Amino acid sequence: MDTPRFALFSRLLHWLMALMILAMLFIGIGMVASLADYHWLLSIHRPLGIAILALVAVRLVNRQLNPPPPLPADMPPVLRFAAHASHVALYALMLAVPLVGWAMLSAGRLPVVLYGGLELPPIVPQDVMLYAWLRAAHTALALALFATFLLHLAAALMHGLVFRDGVFASMASLRARRGTPGRPG
Amino acid sequence: MISKPPDRSRYRLWPPSTGVLAGLGVTGLVLAGVAGAFAYTVGLLSPGALTQTRIVDRFQAVNGIHPGFRRNHAKGVCVTGTFAGNGAGARLSRAAVFGSGAVPVVGRFAVGIGKPFLPDTGAEVRSLALSFRPASGGEWRTGMNDIPVFPVNTADGFYGLLAASAADPATGKPDPAQMTAFLGTHPETARALGLIKARPVSSGFADARYNGLNAFRFVDSSGASTPVRWSMVALDPFVAQVPPSGAAREPNYLFDGLVARLQQGPLRYRLVITVGQPGDPTNDATLPWPAGREEIDAGTLTLDHVEAEGPGNCRDINYDPLVLPDGIATSNDPLLSARSAAYSVSFTRRAGEPKTPSEVQVPARPPATPGVPATGG
Ligand code: HEM
Ligand code: HEM
Repeated sequence: MDTPRFALFSRLLHWLMALMILAMLFIGIGMVASLADYHWLLSIHRPLGIAILALVAVRLVNRQLNPPPPLPADMPPVLRFAAHASHVALYALMLAVPLVGWAMLSAGRLPVVLYGGLELPPIVPQDVMLYAWLRAAHTALALALFATFLLHLAAALMHGLVFRDGVFASMASLRARRGTPGRPG
Repeated sequence: MISKPPDRSRYRLWPPSTGVLAGLGVTGLVLAGVAGAFAYTVGLLSPGALTQTRIVDRFQAVNGIHPGFRRNHAKGVCVTGTFAGNGAGARLSRAAVFGSGAVPVVGRFAVGIGKPFLPDTGAEVRSLALSFRPASGGEWRTGMNDIPVFPVNTADGFYGLLAASAADPATGKPDPAQMTAFLGTHPETARALGLIKARPVSSGFADARYNGLNAFRFVDSSGASTPVRWSMVALDPFVAQVPPSGAAREPNYLFDGLVARLQQGPLRYRLVITVGQPGDPTNDATLPWPAGREEIDAGTLTLDHVEAEGPGNCRDINYDPLVLPDGIATSNDPLLSARSAAYSVSFTRRAGEPKTPSEVQVPARPPATPGVPATGG
């Protein structure tokens, strides 16, 4: 069975970022409710979040170079629309959440330390009202990212376990080759 | 292989086959697992745990909510100046601030109370918070108090002490029974309060000694780390406080005294680094280090400008004790991570609130040309 697959590099990026983002969501909500672990979790949260921001950029370029395989021809339009809309939402949130994190620290005049003496410059001027606003936005967008991720996970499992249409395997396959388009199943 | 077009779309869920039901079941289980793990991490499943939110809520319960003000050390005034390192600190820390040369500093004098409009009494803890800003980056923030040790050594202790020392709404005074009960289970606090009460108290902000209290680590260029504590020691000679009688006391006499002193000329402090020895407690801010520890004079802080809290100055800074440059690192003192977490919640709340002018205002400097009589008109 040679179903169409994402390019190997695309799959690699996908699973790497899936792990990183899921970890970040747990680190984020864990650290704001932990006195003992707050500091070390935040010192992982910043560089990991910035790494995600950089990888989203790589991923958007890669998507142009290695377009995703087509969805199965018999997939109903509602599901196609849901798939596209949720992917747009995921990309937008993957970009917005870390950008807002960086911007909020800038507005709060808090240094964006990555590691040791390695620091990023502020991207917005100091303004505490803006800080408060961005801080709330960081939480709201991160929760929206978690909700969208749950939908995405549910859809992936449905493709794999219920519809069995090869969409799950197109991302979950370990094989190096991309497969033959137009031969779903 | 040519797949046979299915007579029934594989995307139809109704009526469900056993396979569809099993697939939906597994999907639901996985989702419930992930969402449950999330709820656990948020703390939804352990509502009793002490968090930064609960600490700041307790400050508000004890002091009331004063929008725009810090939840602790609420009454304060902004100062600026420079720190001139003498190079001696560079032996133990690679931080840029310990080189020689002047580094701009933004600071804040305050009293350790959560009510921004409370009159000065002479019984309050005085504090100095500083942000050192070397041109090469690597900012260093620190908050220091004029007490020799901190009254608690854990965040739980802090939370308990906050309640035990709060005024009883019925009497307006702390309930001694609550305090006795707290001290009974916290001997370290009883010991520390003894040291705090016995300290010599200076006449004002200008001639005090401010202590960082928590232990940190200095890291040198080879990566070797040394436990340290630090203090800012006034060059103005220490004068013991004689509290003015209640009637004679201006409500802001401590701050007025500071402003008057600064209008006569800059204030200077020595940065004293106390070097810990193996075995000195780094995880317990209630314990002083043994006398006779090596002290390094690392440079001089000069404060030459004072202004009321306002947009963009010290008011808008979170003096988070873990904003540290490369070369200064946190220790195993549990108060540090807890402070960093609680200051962030306090900062986030006050940042988003409308601002009221501080009780502490700085009058314009008296005119430089004396002898011009006031007309009184
Ligand atoms: C994909 C990337 C990111 C995700 C998924 C994420 C997620 C989160 C979450 C879930 C929270 C907890 C929000 C709450 O419950 O209030 C949080 C807080 C926070 N995040 Fe992020 N974040 C990301 C990137 C970043 C970046 C790049 C930075 C900064 C460089 C950052 C800085 C912070 C800070 C400072 C806090 C709050 C700490 C506090 O209020 O004490 N985050 N993040
Ligand atoms: C777990 C223990 C502690 C808690 C929960 C706590 C809590 C707080 C809070 C909520 C603020 C207001 C922060 C802001 O809105 O910017 C504050 C300010 C301050 N704290 Fe603490 N604190 C603790 C321990 C200490 C210790 C050990 C010291 C002294 C070494 C200290 C010195 C200060 C100073 C100097 C300020 C005022 C900083 C400024 O002027 O902005 N605190 N504290």
